[in-house]
Amino acid sequence: MLEIRFHGRGGQGAVTSAELLAIAAISKDIYAQAFPSFGPERRGAPVVAFCRLDDKKINIRAKVYNPDIVIVLDPGLLSLINPTEGMKEGGTLVLNSKKTPVEIRDEYGFNSRIVAVDANKIAHEELGRPIVNTTMLGAFLKSTDLLTVKDIERPIMERFGTKLGPKNIRALERAYKEAVIKE
Amino acid sequence: MGVRKGIEVSLAISEAVAQCNVDLIAAYPITPQTHIVEHLSEIVANGELDAEFVPVESEHSAMSVCCGSAAVGARTFTSTSSQGLALMSEIFIIASAMRLPVVMALANRSLSSPLSIWNDHTDTMLVRDAGWIQVFIENGQEAYDHMPWAFRVAEDPDVLLPVAVNIDGFILTHMIEPVEYIEDSVIKKYLPEFKYPIALHPDNPLSMGCFAMPELYTEAQKARDNAVVNSYSTIVKAWKEWEQLTGRSYHPIETYRADDADYCIVTMGSYGETAMEVVDMLREEGEKVGAVKIRLWRPFPFDDFYKAVLGKNHLVVIDRAISFGGPGGPVASELRSALYSKQGAPKVINYVAGLAGRDVSRHDFKNILLDAKEKVQRGEMEGYTLYGLRG
Repeated sequence: MLEIRFHGRGGQGAVTSAELLAIAAISKDIYAQAFPSFGPERRGAPVVAFCRLDDKKINIRAKVYNPDIVIVLDPGLLSLINPTEGMKEGGTLVLNSKKTPVEIRDEYGFNSRIVAVDANKIAHEELGRPIVNTTMLGAFLKSTDLLTVKDIERPIMERFGTKLGPKNIRALERAYKEAVIKE
Repeated sequence: MGVRKGIEVSLAISEAVAQCNVDLIAAYPITPQTHIVEHLSEIVANGELDAEFVPVESEHSAMSVCCGSAAVGARTFTSTSSQGLALMSEIFIIASAMRLPVVMALANRSLSSPLSIWNDHTDTMLVRDAGWIQVFIENGQEAYDHMPWAFRVAEDPDVLLPVAVNIDGFILTHMIEPVEYIEDSVIKKYLPEFKYPIALHPDNPLSMGCFAMPELYTEAQKARDNAVVNSYSTIVKAWKEWEQLTGRSYHPIETYRADDADYCIVTMGSYGETAMEVVDMLREEGEKVGAVKIRLWRPFPFDDFYKAVLGKNHLVVIDRAISFGGPGGPVASELRSALYSKQGAPKVINYVAGLAGRDVSRHDFKNILLDAKEKVQRGEMEGYTLYGLRG
């Protein structure tokens, strides 16, 4: 089972990221769960969402405590939280950052695998607003061979429609290309 | 057979209700039930379901409208949570007294105060003795499956009682997971047209829920109790029929790796899934543990329960509600009472856990089991323990 934790701020779409990922996985006959850290929604406040993926039925109904992958949508959260908390050995950190994975490692001392992409820049250029949920999924997809960009296109089109859907797909494709991985 | 969808469980519930071709939905939005009725109002507004959606001004009115609707023989659905259930409780109780087959998706949430929107079972325990048929479900598929099942049972001429399907708020309502949809034609076959035998009609006036002198009240209550107890056979039959159509089987009491278990974790609702995971984990560590899951809460399935637990040593009962000044959590209290005069009755060790959505992880389940074992060694099995209590 692969357990994923998303960190974002209310309004950035961390919950949507988790949902799109689960829906794409389920369409590929993978078993998946996606759920928010339940509570009242507050724009701008740190939020957490979770996703679990497995090839068999998932029975756990608790939060994710030991993620394999942590995705951080907001660069500013790195000074507030430790995204690697509880992370499994050999885990992957997927970050929205202008910096390279090596610079991030030197600054914060993370010893996990790091994937970094300047998602704010891509989202700004492709969507005209700093909502990075779909962009960060592009970086995530590059870090694992679980799903392809193609797999996630349909859930994105269904969620965002014909106007915003293609823009979100372009942002995701760019992030997939531009993300840098440091093992 | 059906289409497998990745969908939020609340929306799957709404879509199952729509597939049941309901005639009337009356509800007032309240977290975490909101998405269920929002989506239903959308389905009705889009013309995808020919039904009345009555956006009432309170839950008290919601249940009042539902009673009127069922009384004229319309297929009737509502959904609520917590304070909403508390507000409608007056009419909730009357729905069963008047034998009105309303179906409710009850998104379980704690009661105020302090105000909490999160999940536990304190709301449903408030109406435990209201004469409704009550089931608990563990995942999205079960939530979907239990909508047609609830109408099938409620409207059966041998039953005619309201049914509440308890769904853990947030833990299930806000979860996205795979749900296999059943084709409309299959549901139509499973769920016959609702024909209320004593429907209100201007051409055939009758009175419901009248005044009764003490000479009649007791007999009325006995008749109601008989109705609830006797609904058992239809409940089981409706599950069997569903199994024949879908391959998914449901039972009043379900067990998991319990045959040779020294300790059985007893749960109701979504905790049953985590319990199975914990059983697997502890079995690998050589512990003889199993799980017992109560699906049917009212009528309480005594014989199924005895069959599952008599001869076992210990039941570790996890309650999701508290009975202030009482002997233990409501589930454990009932189980202790049911077992009191039985030969081979297991000892009951009771924990109240996960109030107001406080997460209970696999690790917590393990801690509870270890603590229960220590309690057994010390011979301290009375009362209950509030798990995770700080300070």
